[in-house]
Amino acid sequence: MYKVRQWSVTHSRKLEALYRNFEPALMRLHPLFKTLGYGHLEKPVRVLEKTIKGVMFDCQMCGKCLLSKTGMSCPMNCPKLIRNGPCGGVRMNGHCEVKPEMRCVWVEAWRGSQQMRNSEAIRQVQIPVNNLLKGSSSWLRVVRDDHAARESEAAQ
Amino acid sequence: MNASVDQRPGGPLSQLEGHSSTGRFERILREGHFAVTSELAPPDSALAEDVYERARMFDGYVDGMNATDGSGAHCHMSSVAMCALLTNVGYSPVLQISCRDKNRIAIQGDVLGAAAMGVSNVLCLSGDGVQVGDHPEAKAVFDLDSMSLLETLRIMRDESRFLSGRPISSPPQMFLGAAENPSAPPFDFRPHRLAKKIAAGAQFIQTQYVFDMQHLRDFMARSRDLGLLEQCFILPGVGPLASARTALWIRNNVPGIHIPDEIIKRLEGASEPKQEGRKICVELIQQIREIEGVSGVHVMAYRQEEAVGEIIQQSGVLEGRVPWYPGCEIQPSYA
Repeated sequence: MYKVRQWSVTHSRKLEALYRNFEPALMRLHPLFKTLGYGHLEKPVRVLEKTIKGVMFDCQMCGKCLLSKTGMSCPMNCPKLIRNGPCGGVRMNGHCEVKPEMRCVWVEAWRGSQQMRNSEAIRQVQIPVNNLLKGSSSWLRVVRDDHAARESEAAQ
Repeated sequence: MNASVDQRPGGPLSQLEGHSSTGRFERILREGHFAVTSELAPPDSALAEDVYERARMFDGYVDGMNATDGSGAHCHMSSVAMCALLTNVGYSPVLQISCRDKNRIAIQGDVLGAAAMGVSNVLCLSGDGVQVGDHPEAKAVFDLDSMSLLETLRIMRDESRFLSGRPISSPPQMFLGAAENPSAPPFDFRPHRLAKKIAAGAQFIQTQYVFDMQHLRDFMARSRDLGLLEQCFILPGVGPLASARTALWIRNNVPGIHIPDEIIKRLEGASEPKQEGRKICVELIQQIREIEGVSGVHVMAYRQEEAVGEIIQQSGVLEGRVPWYPGCEIQPSYA
């Protein structure tokens, strides 16, 4: 869904705003998620997340979503899987050196990021992908991690 | 500390205050000399002498030589082994690490081994894709990228631990380098990406070939505005072009290398294109040297290694300084 992926980058600012509302809503679902059990929810949420983000971003389900920091351009579509791109091989027309028919994921990331409210996020160094998380739901993890952080803060 | 004694060729050097490594390359840069490095093409053989023969071509002209790591995704002698051979006789090699062929376990192990062999400099690269090489059917690894590789090595050195957190009893004292390409889009992002690399641990930068001086000047000016030039040493990449045909082929087939029309025209009009290519290279080095914030130059003379000495000599950038090489009788001329 290359065309849709490009549309998402073009509309990065709107999607950023959408996600800003979506995330707190997701957070509020923690008690429900907890009751139902995160383990049980993993599969259906994963399928839902994969479907939505797959269509919109060609999401590869790395398990640690960076879209809000990469201008809504998924870095896992870079043939070199670079999470801190772009590499030095970008063609003069802004296309990928490995897949000449595709625009460089990071040229797109820069384009998308500069339209976003948080245009600075792309400047953060990203740690290597955790391969244990591959294929799992990033949404559930965000909620679970957030609550775990709050709980440990409260415990202190 | 008596510098001339301490810069004793080949021998184990002591670590100077504020230095990350004990290597000569870092000393040259920190002392403010215009440094020269070159790319050492690895042999397709299992013969140590092949490495030494290639290294000797640069004797007296370079402060460091980069042992490439499967460059262009082609199979050659490994960078770690080349560096070990070179440090054995006192050379100051730069270990190149590409993320294409090894995962984080292999890379961290290689770095410890290289440091144990006396390797002081590392250049962290993402690497070319396998499709351009001689084994396009190979599995591309890309477990880390150049940025996370830098950070990994900085953690190993400064925090004495692996990425996993497991302690390292004697950390690798490495001077960390990275690549950049002032001639590739997105141009606006490039200086910010340099900032990221510095944040991740880069202390020196060797760039891709720069044939378009305006690209380099813009990149340097914007990096200066971001305050990056005080934080790392930048060595732009240069190299001689053999002919107009070669130049056109590179421009059309090697992504990331931009060769302006004027250079191709000059090569076309020359009666001896190879000599003209070298002359252009000399001129580029001289122009690069005039750019504020440049700390040296990285010469990549693929299949023209024998010309490197002459090019550096003619450029005059060493100002009579003779970088040490094994068997060199000259005392280092620098303070």
